[in-house]
Amino acid sequence: MLTVKDLYVSVDGKEILKGINLEVKPGEVHAIMGPNGSGKSTLANVLAGKEEYEVISGSVSFLNNDLLEMSPENRARNGLFLGFQYPVEIPGVSMVNFMKAAVNELRKFRGEKPLTAGAFLKLMREKKELVELDTQLTNRSVNEGFSGGEKKKNEIFQMAMLEPKLAILDETDSGLDIDALKIVARGVNALKSSESSTIVVTHYQRLLDYIVPDFVHVLYDGRIVKSSGKELALELEAKGYDWIKKENGS
Amino acid sequence: MGVVVENTDLSLKLAGHFNDVKEKLFLNSPDVINAHRQKAFQDFVSQGIPTRKNESYKYTDLQPTFMPDYTFIHEKGGGDVALHEIFKCDVPQLDTYMVLLQNGWFYDQDSRTGVLPEGVIMDSLENVAKQQPELIEKYYAALAKSEDDPLIALNTAFAKDGYLLYIPANVEIAKPLQIINLLKSDTDAFITQRNLVIAEPGAKVNLIICDHTLNSNKYLSNSVTEIHIGENAQVDYYVLQNQHNDSASLNTVCIRQGNDSTVRTNTVSLHGGLIRNSLKVVLDGENAEAGIFGMAFMDRRQHIDNFTRIIHAKPHCQSTQVYKNVMDDKSSGAFSGLIHVVRDAQKINAFQRNNNLLLTDEATMHTKPQLIIDADDVKCSHGATVGQIDNEALFYLRTRGIGEKEAMLMMMNAFTHEVVQEIKVVPLRERIDELISRRLNGEVARCHECAYDCDS
Ligand SMILES: Nc1ncnc2c1ncn2[C@@H]1O[C@H](COP(=O)(O)OP(=O)(O)OP(=O)(O)O)[C@@H](O)[C@H]1O
Ligand SMILES: [Mg+2]
Repeated sequence: MLTVKDLYVSVDGKEILKGINLEVKPGEVHAIMGPNGSGKSTLANVLAGKEEYEVISGSVSFLNNDLLEMSPENRARNGLFLGFQYPVEIPGVSMVNFMKAAVNELRKFRGEKPLTAGAFLKLMREKKELVELDTQLTNRSVNEGFSGGEKKKNEIFQMAMLEPKLAILDETDSGLDIDALKIVARGVNALKSSESSTIVVTHYQRLLDYIVPDFVHVLYDGRIVKSSGKELALELEAKGYDWIKKENGS
Repeated sequence: MGVVVENTDLSLKLAGHFNDVKEKLFLNSPDVINAHRQKAFQDFVSQGIPTRKNESYKYTDLQPTFMPDYTFIHEKGGGDVALHEIFKCDVPQLDTYMVLLQNGWFYDQDSRTGVLPEGVIMDSLENVAKQQPELIEKYYAALAKSEDDPLIALNTAFAKDGYLLYIPANVEIAKPLQIINLLKSDTDAFITQRNLVIAEPGAKVNLIICDHTLNSNKYLSNSVTEIHIGENAQVDYYVLQNQHNDSASLNTVCIRQGNDSTVRTNTVSLHGGLIRNSLKVVLDGENAEAGIFGMAFMDRRQHIDNFTRIIHAKPHCQSTQVYKNVMDDKSSGAFSGLIHVVRDAQKINAFQRNNNLLLTDEATMHTKPQLIIDADDVKCSHGATVGQIDNEALFYLRTRGIGEKEAMLMMMNAFTHEVVQEIKVVPLRERIDELISRRLNGEVARCHECAYDCDS
């Protein structure tokens, strides 16, 4: 699915990712944890194709394509999805038009006809129910005036609409109440299959109670310094990051 | 080596032309129009073609515009072309009464588009001024004063024809009235058009003005429109400007509102070489309301200048102004908006905003709000922004599979959405929405299928 090799990335001349290696196979769930500022969102954004980040060296292959050569829209059309840590508000672009454009671009890419208005609305309704997104929200502009939790739910709603092969969820659990957390987890689990994979970036073990990871990685100072099974998350929850920092010489 | 042409030379050239054709101008013209001609000419001579030293023309250099040798069109063309055959409005659902003007001259109303309600006059200004001078005497040149502005002076000196719309008291024209101004001449041409709208108390009309060039000759058109809105009357005035890159379109619109009246203007500048829209609204009655909107889409070296003056002369009124510009390539533009609340015009709400989206580093925009408030119980606000496309938002859309170009389009449409929403004639709004998309997409958006190709 995804193979990241020796990835070095810098922003404004500052090196942030310093040799990332990561292998995600179909059907797997990976959790990435790590202290603030360690580079988790940078990794997620680079994978999604954000141009501000400069790839110094390394390679990324996604479904046997050279991911770094692809435009953000082509990555998405090939099945990559990023749930943003801070979803942006886009006044004037309605949720409905936005989703219609996204769904139909995807269909066009796959050689399918655009959805009829009726079929599209039905799909919207189904997916809104799945993530219990307030119906009123899709009548508004994208994320405009949404609460923090609503924005996160909206990310999962979009993911449900687009059914990606690889979903990268950057702190989708932050700012969610317990009920919303369960709903989000349900949304993620509903999409899970042997063909699709998920990378969840999180600070908290509690999400991993609902989305059970196959692997937990610790990202520290631009490197993955530890990888293990789901028990690592519990250990981090109990002990914090000091021992990791010490092991890595600071 | 370039030849330096002084502004005075250009002004003298125009003045010389006036003297040459003076006899012809007076001949056959109605007295009502002739009565103002000589004074207007003197007013022009004393003001000259405006330079950028003139505060009102600070951001638009008209010298290059007046430089070429234009043919003046002081007489009505032969009407050899069946204009109705050239145009087939491709918006069937836009059911309007359609009127055509060519090079500033009233051509006719397309009889196939229906018969106007009884008492309504939609005709050539020259005709009506001859046959019913008493109807227009007190309105003509009452709002557009030649001593105030050189372009008004020039227009009044050369004025021959244009359209006259008269709506009797309490008559509502249900279908929109569409006025199509065509520029089509065998040579580069200087066009003068003079229009007059009189909405008697309680009258109601939706006007749609479409400005088009039909071939690639250079055009300079200098038009003046006076709109008198009686008590409790309502006028919606939509303008769609779609001319080619070698055209200069100078438009002056002067509006006076009576008690309880409403005016709504929406000027959509889709295309044009140089466009100057000067709009003056005098809220001269209590409880009057003015909604003044505009948007422009400029690229290459196009230039847009929206110059508005909202005069609150009476208490208890409200005015709203929103102008939005999308500027690409090396285009340039200006918005100057004055709100003047005169002494003792209390309980006024006046709002103004100008937002600009620059798509390149080379595009430029000047924005200049100006408030003169001589009353104390007034709510007045203004704001202006000049910014670029939000890259974070663009990235967000693209990560959902929406292509870069399409995403840009969505963002630009979002930017002008607020102004588009103010078009209350729904089929027109949908049509303009589509034209804007095509315009932003790089296709030239003509609103008519025409038999002529004009290189835009
Ligand atoms: N555009 C940028 N310009 C400058 N520095 C940046 C930029 N983006 C990220 N950084 C820096 O890169 C480092 C990693 O940031 P990143 O957002 O990837 O951290 P994170 O692991 O996601 O942190 P958090 O847990 O707080 O979300 C930080 O020091 C951050 O300040
Ligand atoms: Mg982060």
